[in-house]
Amino acid sequence: MKKYKWLVPTLYIIFLMLPIYWLINMSFKTTTEIINTYSLWPQKFTTENYVKIFTDSTWYMGYVNSITYTVFNTIISVAAALPAAYAFSRYKFLGDKHLFFWLLTNRMAPPAVFALPFFQFYSSVNLFDTHIAVALSHCLFNIPLAVWILEGFMSAVPKELDETAYVDGYSFGRFFFKIFVPTIAAGIGITMFFCFMFSWVELLLAKTLTATAAKPIAATMTRTASTSGYELGLLAAAGTLTIIPGAIVIYFVKNYIAKGFAMGRV
Amino acid sequence: MNKTINQKAWYFVIPVFVLVAFNAAIPLMTVVNYSFQETFGNNVFAWEGTRWFKQILLSERFHAALGRQIAFTFIILLIQIPLGIAIALTMPKKGLGVPVCLILMSMPLLIPWNVVGAMWNIFALPDIGFLGHTLNSMGFDYNFTQQPGDAWFTTILMDVWHWTSLVVLLSYAGLNSIQPAYYQAAEIDGASRWATFRYIELPKMKKVLTLAILLRFMDSFMIYTEPFVLTGGGPGNTTAFLSIDLVKMALGQFDLGPAAAMSLIYFFIVLLVCWVFYNLMMKNEAKS
Repeated sequence: MKKYKWLVPTLYIIFLMLPIYWLINMSFKTTTEIINTYSLWPQKFTTENYVKIFTDSTWYMGYVNSITYTVFNTIISVAAALPAAYAFSRYKFLGDKHLFFWLLTNRMAPPAVFALPFFQFYSSVNLFDTHIAVALSHCLFNIPLAVWILEGFMSAVPKELDETAYVDGYSFGRFFFKIFVPTIAAGIGITMFFCFMFSWVELLLAKTLTATAAKPIAATMTRTASTSGYELGLLAAAGTLTIIPGAIVIYFVKNYIAKGFAMGRV
Repeated sequence: MNKTINQKAWYFVIPVFVLVAFNAAIPLMTVVNYSFQETFGNNVFAWEGTRWFKQILLSERFHAALGRQIAFTFIILLIQIPLGIAIALTMPKKGLGVPVCLILMSMPLLIPWNVVGAMWNIFALPDIGFLGHTLNSMGFDYNFTQQPGDAWFTTILMDVWHWTSLVVLLSYAGLNSIQPAYYQAAEIDGASRWATFRYIELPKMKKVLTLAILLRFMDSFMIYTEPFVLTGGGPGNTTAFLSIDLVKMALGQFDLGPAAAMSLIYFFIVLLVCWVFYNLMMKNEAKS
């Protein structure tokens, strides 16, 4: 039995790769070929779908928009979560447990519940259709997540580190940035990865809060698919391109990813 | 860790508190407002009391959507948790296989959700998709846009594809934290594979598995984008889960009152289940 152990993960990976392969396969076909023939690989190999995306600004701006608000969100979430996570991991204060659970409840709130009020709220403060609106709205679930992960990593650092630094005459600020932050660098990296990931894959809020100027690529895809009939080849090429940023970030955190998914709580 | 009491720690929490309150409290209050009022447009509102809550709680439409949602969440948990554990147990522990497995398995987690839906739509199309074509040529009468059973099968398969890796990664992290000494002791005692799993691996994975179930419950209960793109809730309403039904009501029909009441009931259900899990998790953590 031990001999065939590798079969399980191998079969699973094949199952995971099949739909992705099918998407890539379609992205190199013309729409006519997709609709008229069934083939396991492109019969008439074409890159015209990709050329269209990289030359048409309504398409490539979608990527720029998505990446812009995702990066904004990652920076805001981690910057705000760092001091808070430190407070939760080191101190007891009035209402700390309730506050922690309240933060987590926001990770549990179905985005569909918030879609309409968000639309009205961000419109009324004139932030509708801006990158910052999407970045801020994604804080709803990313900040709780960031606090949660960072708290896990910080709690693993013994308190003696803080105390020794203070004895050595470090001020809080110097200790925090010169000693503490480098100590949990891996944790911060993982947190950034998760914020990036959840902001990148979310669509409901991003779509609700944008019209044209900050429209995410994922929303561009749905619109184009419905107005100009099903341009399947183009859709497949755009989809394939959305996989790439994720694949790049995974590569960088591959050694920490399993632990990171456990929120530093193993 | 023994924590010191320090009320000044609140200063550290303020940025997070403000940002999240700004995002959660204000919209939530809007929803609460709507749920008790009738709107006539132009910002004219009339007090309705608990009418919308009663209407939603008694409506067949809500019961049906809730029923579908519970069935869906239950089925995917039943598949993903054991499957995830099984894959984590058989994954390589060292060598080149580890990063290869981790990278490839994480791929589905980083694909935007509507692309997941679109990808599965293309993949499952009966005439030109790989899955649909293969099933049909094997003699099955498969068409997920026409037959409710096939739509459910495809939606569940898609979710298994999308999220099983999360369970795998969590379990794998749990397994990695087990000291080799435990396995050596088990071997000396002549423990069977099953006994090793039952008495060493499973208890060590308890914490991460609770987390996995919590996360999978939460996210599958809120699922919207993937089935919306894949089936649009159809055929008919057969795959219209809670979020899809809610968005239809709020943004499609603009029934703000009932939609808001439904939002609150929906949120409350998620909150209740998560609260139970959260307490379980904290208890586990306090023990270790």
